[in-house]
Amino acid sequence: MYFDLSIPSQLAGALLPDLVLAIGAMLLLLYSVWGPATLARARVTGILAIVVCAASFAAVVWVWRHDATASNGIIAVDAFRWATDCIVLAATIIASTLMIDYSEREQLVSAESYVLLLLAASGMLLLAAARDLMVVFLGVELMSIASYILAGLDRRSARGAEASLKYFLLGAFSACFLLYGVALVYGATGSTDIAVIGTAVTGKTFDNPMLLAGIAMLIIGFSFKVAAVPFHMWTPDVYEGASTPVSAFMATAVKAAAFAAFLRVWIEAFPGATAAWVHPLQWLAVVTMVGGNVIALMQKNIKRMLAYSSIAHAGYLLVTVVVANQLGAAAFLFYLVAYTLATTGAFAVVIALSEPGERNESIPDYAGLWTVQPWLAAAMAVFMFALLGFPIAGGMGFFAKWYVIEAALHAPQPQTVLAVVLVLASVISAGYYLGVVLTMFMKPRPADAAAVRPVPTGTFLVISLSAFVLLLFGVLPNGFVKLAHDSVPISMVGTPAGPPVTAAAER
Amino acid sequence: MIAEALFFSAVLFIIGVVGVLIRRNAIIIFMCVELMLTAVNLSFIALARLHGSATGQVFVLFVMTVAAAEAAVGLAIVISIFRHHKSVDLRNINLLKG
Repeated sequence: MYFDLSIPSQLAGALLPDLVLAIGAMLLLLYSVWGPATLARARVTGILAIVVCAASFAAVVWVWRHDATASNGIIAVDAFRWATDCIVLAATIIASTLMIDYSEREQLVSAESYVLLLLAASGMLLLAAARDLMVVFLGVELMSIASYILAGLDRRSARGAEASLKYFLLGAFSACFLLYGVALVYGATGSTDIAVIGTAVTGKTFDNPMLLAGIAMLIIGFSFKVAAVPFHMWTPDVYEGASTPVSAFMATAVKAAAFAAFLRVWIEAFPGATAAWVHPLQWLAVVTMVGGNVIALMQKNIKRMLAYSSIAHAGYLLVTVVVANQLGAAAFLFYLVAYTLATTGAFAVVIALSEPGERNESIPDYAGLWTVQPWLAAAMAVFMFALLGFPIAGGMGFFAKWYVIEAALHAPQPQTVLAVVLVLASVISAGYYLGVVLTMFMKPRPADAAAVRPVPTGTFLVISLSAFVLLLFGVLPNGFVKLAHDSVPISMVGTPAGPPVTAAAER
Repeated sequence: MIAEALFFSAVLFIIGVVGVLIRRNAIIIFMCVELMLTAVNLSFIALARLHGSATGQVFVLFVMTVAAAEAAVGLAIVISIFRHHKSVDLRNINLLKG
């Protein structure tokens, strides 16, 4: 299949999954307000939202299987986009499933939450596709504006409102930096098309202050969105204050989409300017890996701990952006799959164990879980091991870290320091991931502990499927690795990539 | 002329950044963010003129649309904060802490 992006109808064809999702979201919005606001209607809306996501997912797979290509234009039609779309849509389906169970427990009547999830997801699909800084900006804003509302979804909760306000103020602030970066890069190169920028930047000597300032502003803007230290201040507050399914959505889908756009802009627009950005990004990665993990050690609230853990993982993913070659992009996708499954799974366990009003969310509350809910404790242990990158028990998590390290070491300029810091940071992270496991399995259940409620079906499915997939592809990662390796941006295929990634999987 | 416009826009942007960092009233912080967006718009117009291309001007239209949507959502969030805290001063809003 070939799309000529200068013809509107073919452009619409290339945007098929995005259109399915966006139109589905609009129709769902009509349905959700077409009648009294009841829990039953909200539940049906949630199920329909999952159907819309599944339809969009099917469209992605269909286009992907037909090996679609396109002319140069404002959107990319390549496997990297489809792979990112799949991750984002899967995370949206998981978040909607969790939201259905969560809102029933909390008696939270909000059919619009599913519409907002879909709208945010369509912004993310746009980000995954963007090959023009204008599309990047629109995607970021569509995703962010929907997320600001999602953070404050529970209007009865003062903490939710506070999370929403903080997210909004810092999100809008960071969007301005992103936008100023776009303006300056446009000023320096005369275009917002990242392919044109890529040619304009290559071979220039870097005495152009406008370009340098633009790149710096873009780094700041993206760092806010992916929550890299020192631009992470909003993350723990927002993840703690927002409803847990929304936190799961923001920790996975929002981060994945922002990172996908970051990676694509960096490898297509600025490979010619490596000297200008490589040191700042290296520092950012190091500070994020170390900072996120060290602060996570001190957390008592499990949602806050997962927030800092997500910051640390942003650091690991930044390593692949620094590498910025085919191997880096493949490692990026593989890592994102493992991270998404483990993080949504962990948040699902948090939902299953918390009491109405979001109580029971500090780590000591998990003491002795093994004695009352052995399966839940075992699944949580798998997610913690996966986030830690532990072999076998952590499944895909181990290979994910392995490939990132391999990509760092086999880059044209080997990032040995980053690889060493990554391993040391992972050792620090054992302190809190294993702490949770230890609390669940070794500590006695306190006598006054709340009785554990039965786990709702949707949440149970999410937890067991995530753990199953993590473990399965932890034993048989080769198929997934090959898929990730074939799914790099089209512009990079054919660039020297070092040894094939599968070498490590055969160990 | 273009250089002056770019300089002026940079100054506006910095005023916005400083405002966000030192003021503690949610509404005023939001106004400073809007100031930053306006500064960027001015840059876009000047740079579009510099390159003689329409891209920058089209970008400004998009930015204004997005800013309007953002303002609607942002003010709604400020109202919900006011209902809980009877204040929009960030010094009074600190339930979430490590």
